[in-house]
Amino acid sequence: MATHAEAVEHGHGPEAAHEALAHHFDNLEQQREAGALGMWVFIAQEVMFFGGLFLAYLIYRMKYPIAFQAASNHLNWRIGTFNTAVLITSSLTMALAVWATQVGKSRKVQVGFMAATLLLGFVFLGVKAYEYREKYVDGLIPIAGWFNPKPEILAHLPHGITVGQYQMFFWLYFAMTGLHALHMIIGACILLPIMWMAWRGRFSPEYHGPVENFGLYWHFVDIIWIFLFPLLYLLGAHFSAGH
Amino acid sequence: MSTNTTAAAGREWRSRFPTVNYLNADYGIKSWLLTKDHKRIAILYLISVTFFFAIGGAYAAAIRLELLTPMGDLMQSATYNKVFTHHGIMMVFFFLIPAIPGVLGNFLIPLMIGAKDMAFPKINLLSWYVFMAGGLLTFSALLFGGVDTGWTFYVPYSTNFSNTYVTLAGLGIFINGFSSILTGLNFIVTTHTMRAPGMTWFRLPLFVWSQYATALIMILGTPVIAITVLLLALERLAHVGIFDPALGGDPVLFQHMFWFYSHPAVYIMILPSMAVISELVATHTRKPVFGYSFVAFSSLAIAVFGFLVWGHHLFVSSQSVYAGMIFSLISFVVAIPSAVKVFNWTATMYKGSISYDTPMLYVFAFIGLFMIGGMTGMFLAALGFDIHVHDTYFVVAHFHYVMVGGTVMGYMGGLHNWWPKMTGRMYPEGWARFAALIIFVGFNLTFFPQFLLGYMGMPRRYHAYPAGEPMWQVLHVMSTGGATVLGIGLLIPAVYFIWSMRYGRFAPANPWPGTGLEWRTASPPPTENFLVTPVVTWEAYEYRPIEEMQVIGPGAPDQTVGGQHPANRGVETEER
Repeated sequence: MATHAEAVEHGHGPEAAHEALAHHFDNLEQQREAGALGMWVFIAQEVMFFGGLFLAYLIYRMKYPIAFQAASNHLNWRIGTFNTAVLITSSLTMALAVWATQVGKSRKVQVGFMAATLLLGFVFLGVKAYEYREKYVDGLIPIAGWFNPKPEILAHLPHGITVGQYQMFFWLYFAMTGLHALHMIIGACILLPIMWMAWRGRFSPEYHGPVENFGLYWHFVDIIWIFLFPLLYLLGAHFSAGH
Repeated sequence: MSTNTTAAAGREWRSRFPTVNYLNADYGIKSWLLTKDHKRIAILYLISVTFFFAIGGAYAAAIRLELLTPMGDLMQSATYNKVFTHHGIMMVFFFLIPAIPGVLGNFLIPLMIGAKDMAFPKINLLSWYVFMAGGLLTFSALLFGGVDTGWTFYVPYSTNFSNTYVTLAGLGIFINGFSSILTGLNFIVTTHTMRAPGMTWFRLPLFVWSQYATALIMILGTPVIAITVLLLALERLAHVGIFDPALGGDPVLFQHMFWFYSHPAVYIMILPSMAVISELVATHTRKPVFGYSFVAFSSLAIAVFGFLVWGHHLFVSSQSVYAGMIFSLISFVVAIPSAVKVFNWTATMYKGSISYDTPMLYVFAFIGLFMIGGMTGMFLAALGFDIHVHDTYFVVAHFHYVMVGGTVMGYMGGLHNWWPKMTGRMYPEGWARFAALIIFVGFNLTFFPQFLLGYMGMPRRYHAYPAGEPMWQVLHVMSTGGATVLGIGLLIPAVYFIWSMRYGRFAPANPWPGTGLEWRTASPPPTENFLVTPVVTWEAYEYRPIEEMQVIGPGAPDQTVGGQHPANRGVETEER
């Protein structure tokens, strides 16, 4: 990090005095632009990463529509809806946290919105863990040798549907929601130091790149869920026959 | 330029520039392992890819040695399977993909656009650590007992049958993918946000355009191989059934997902090499690249079309014949931007002052070999012919012509061209020309016979072949002989490059001379590249004929004296 004297000597102008300006940028605006573009490029990469799983889902759903429909009924759409609401609210609080740093609200307001985001994230993960436990109790863990659906589930298998096709839905469910949950856990780990920085008063209308970029990431993870929820919980499910 | 004048110019340049540069700004192993300087990271990449190249080369030597005779007398099929797999994995994932972006891209992009560093120096260093972690993990898998699936990891063999270290090697490749992603991310953001004043998109050196196109593929392709390898590991460890027909899965899905990355990956390998060639051909013929914007956009076109041709690897994998026809057609379309480049380089040379310095020799080698590699690619894109030579040595020869004839020639040419900038020393020109010739001869002797072998029906990935076909052994012996020559040819630069770091002549700031910004700072450059942020007022490649240069000085644009930008004039002795 360039000291003030060095920065002026290199011709950055007075703005270079800002402690957050890295040595290789000319000004904070360039630094902010680079950070934001970097996050967008990273998100593009994430889209392709999740894309592989969405592709697998698409192919096997087209191949085994009835099995997927039946298996989807074992997911609790009410819990899923609740979790969707929780996650969207966390996106709102995150957007408010970004706004708070952009307009220069007090650090308590900034940290408060971030803490709300974190809390809602943990609520989501907690509910997800409860759902996973339900699947475990029902014997729906899609690992060879472990996949032993309860007799009442097996009794209601649609005609001509094999257990393997059922398992196909559940490994996609676990892989997609698991990868999503992993992204949320990583997000929480990144949010903690950002909260610490906010508490130390590091963010201001001039410098708030980390909050903004983390906001982009958090919204992206949210959007992934917006796709996962209808694909896994709602598509083709019979609400009347649900839990 | 005669030796004496260059040496004198070198001494003069050194006296005019500050003696502190990126190499001696700091000392000690920690200053290298914790560096955030893109130039030092490039050197770290140079050392590590050379290491992995040597390992891959050793396995290649074992393959060629085994194929000297029809019988399996050096190794049997189980060992041979591992050896060609290791050769492929090491060369593809840990040399061909990272070599030019990691070494030359990292070193040159900030210099060429007039930036102090990459946009994200810490991420840049992280990408090297991730690369080393992935590389050493995969290497450890090879040491523990190896992998025998081929570098393509096809299921169901890799998931249900292979009793080797597939998961560990896959994990290494998974981790290494993130290094590629981080490098690509840095390239894209750096090119967008870090350009010096006046450095517009169409003043960028074509090197940067091509690296940018490469970075797009790295960003959009690599995550797909990451998730594919993850699913492969999931299937192998948990048998979830995604690729297992017994559980309703589809093994061909793996091939689709694998090639969705791995075909674009061959453009990750060749585009950076094309980036180098565009620079070299202009510098060493003293002419602007013919049709700048066509060459620039052809890079992007290759990147885009590269994503639409993966199905040509699945012509015999139960893909529908109509899909096959479309993939065949689009594969032919890739020839258009590739040909645009080759024709434009050739047109650039027309009436140019062509030098025969080593970098230019590699340009000649590249164009000739890439032509053969590319045209045989057209053969393979044709449905009927591809079925005939599928999985034969014809395919092996084709991709070695593109990968070695293309990527390695470009890498070597670029390394020679920018060696003075990287180390501040000249390489020995005579030895370098000699080595380039040896490499060219050795390469052709190695791989041309393989076209014939493949056309005759010799399948790839076999350790033995019928002794009743006398011609086959003759061709294999030629190939092994060529590989020996090629190996010696590659050892010579390794020796003289190391030698030159201590004993080579001091390099002037602009030895060729070139017009790019990287030549307008000292050799080696100071840590922040330029003493004053350069202001670009000229177009790319404002070269003049060599005769004119001899009269008015090195071929720098109007306002510059002696290849130095006016912004830097008068401040060159300023102590930092």
